[in-house]
Amino acid sequence: MRERIKEKLGPKIKEWHEHSARRIYFTVDKKDIFETVRFIFRELGMRFSTASGSDTPDSFEILYHFSNDSSGEFYSVRVFIEDKANPEIDSITPLFPGAEWIEREIWEMLGIKFKGHPNLKRLLLADEWPEGEYPLRHKNES
Amino acid sequence: MSHKVIVPIGPYHPLQEEPEFFQLYVEGEKVVDIDIIIGYNHRGIEKLAEAKHFDQVPYLVERICGICSSSHPYAYVLAVEDLFGGEENIVPERALYIRTIIDELQRIHSHLLWLGLAGHFIGYNTVWMWAWRYREPVLDMFEMVTGNRNNYAMFKVGGVRRDIRDEDIPALKKTLDELVPALSMFKGAVMDDPVIQARLKGVGILTKQQAIDWCVVGPTARASGLNMDVRRDEPYGVFDRVDWNVIVEKDGDIFAKTIIRILEMYESVGIIRQCLEKLPKGEIDADIKDIPAGEGIGRVEAPRGECFHYIKSDGTNRPIRHKIRAPSYMNVASDKVAAVGGTISDATITLAAVDPCYCCTERVAVIRKSDNQKIMNGWDLIKLSHEKTNKIKEELLHGRP
Repeated sequence: MRERIKEKLGPKIKEWHEHSARRIYFTVDKKDIFETVRFIFRELGMRFSTASGSDTPDSFEILYHFSNDSSGEFYSVRVFIEDKANPEIDSITPLFPGAEWIEREIWEMLGIKFKGHPNLKRLLLADEWPEGEYPLRHKNES
Repeated sequence: MSHKVIVPIGPYHPLQEEPEFFQLYVEGEKVVDIDIIIGYNHRGIEKLAEAKHFDQVPYLVERICGICSSSHPYAYVLAVEDLFGGEENIVPERALYIRTIIDELQRIHSHLLWLGLAGHFIGYNTVWMWAWRYREPVLDMFEMVTGNRNNYAMFKVGGVRRDIRDEDIPALKKTLDELVPALSMFKGAVMDDPVIQARLKGVGILTKQQAIDWCVVGPTARASGLNMDVRRDEPYGVFDRVDWNVIVEKDGDIFAKTIIRILEMYESVGIIRQCLEKLPKGEIDADIKDIPAGEGIGRVEAPRGECFHYIKSDGTNRPIRHKIRAPSYMNVASDKVAAVGGTISDATITLAAVDPCYCCTERVAVIRKSDNQKIMNGWDLIKLSHEKTNKIKEELLHGRP
């Protein structure tokens, strides 16, 4: 599986890190995320586990986690979104509906906009929560 | 004559966790669309975890869910132990066995809870009473081992907090022995009952392709023919050292989901027996002091499916990011396809079949879009479900509709 990913994505992989036999992290450019996810989900048949966004000092970071249930390997695809003022990335929900909720959650918690998401509205936050306030951003902390 | 009617289900009931709000769009009896609105119980736990030190987080995540309250702390400690290269690198043998026992006891009590409620929803209140009656001794086993019937506080990074006393083991084994005939009774009651078969077969189907597209996990996925189980695929605890089977069905309907949960309880009993048999002597805690920097992922097979925790550490005593994904997050979303096309009388059991929490079905209002508004209470919806079961019974008994 590793070889197939490396072969198919080739230079699109910016960094490849194997934390342990079952934990593989690799970084792709944010413009390549749709194609990367399509390949892993549709062609390699891995299960999308979830995605996790985080706020780092220089950028926003999203990890898309995929489980290869037949081998137990867990692949995490990392993207950096450098434009912190106006963070945007392609939505993967058009590929499969299982990604809809998690993208909505990342959008409302971190303010990352998913281009092409069919239903980008609040999932967890209350209706009264102020617009433009994103609770998982670190702006008010050191 | 077709009215388009919206049936809202939810969101609150004080006795149950996990409020959800289902809005069913119905034409006549048929459900044509469904809106799922969640977030009523969002407590910001991921944010809270950033303000706790590593040793406090298990107590926090244990309170995410009262039913699978050991899955979250287990997945969390696995994520932190992933920073050390994995559970097997640091956790003592005896603790691995104890962790496995807790994990499986929890599966039995959770599946019995589900079985009882599912029985209640389709009008089998006897199943409800019996299932919950046999859940009690399982909770007693928890009390014997952990001191608590719920929220066990057993997990810590590097081990477990309490040991299993040798003098308790005979009583634990005896309780397990007594549980097996009860499981066989349930198995017979469900598999041999033509009414339950007629009521649950072909209802609320999630096809294999839908299961893949909606990324469902656990019994919901296994009922649709997806052969996956974190316990086998990425073994934690001692699941790779005991004999057990992953139960997979093909039909994707509620009957398949029921069968899977019943058969899984036998496997759990077998796993616990083997663990008690093999339980080695020794330490139960590695006494970890410092958490290294890095990223860790932990996942366990909770009763409802894969429970996922992600930890980012910068080498201080607090996580800088903690992502949690509970199994119902994936499964509940799939109701969007499983319930659509069915009838309102099947909606209760279909929504319940993924084993979310049931508060949702306890309070219901039926609102007609036209002027004649009608408010029903939750009992009415369950009654609709009971009526359908009774109709099937009549048909089978007397051969008439």
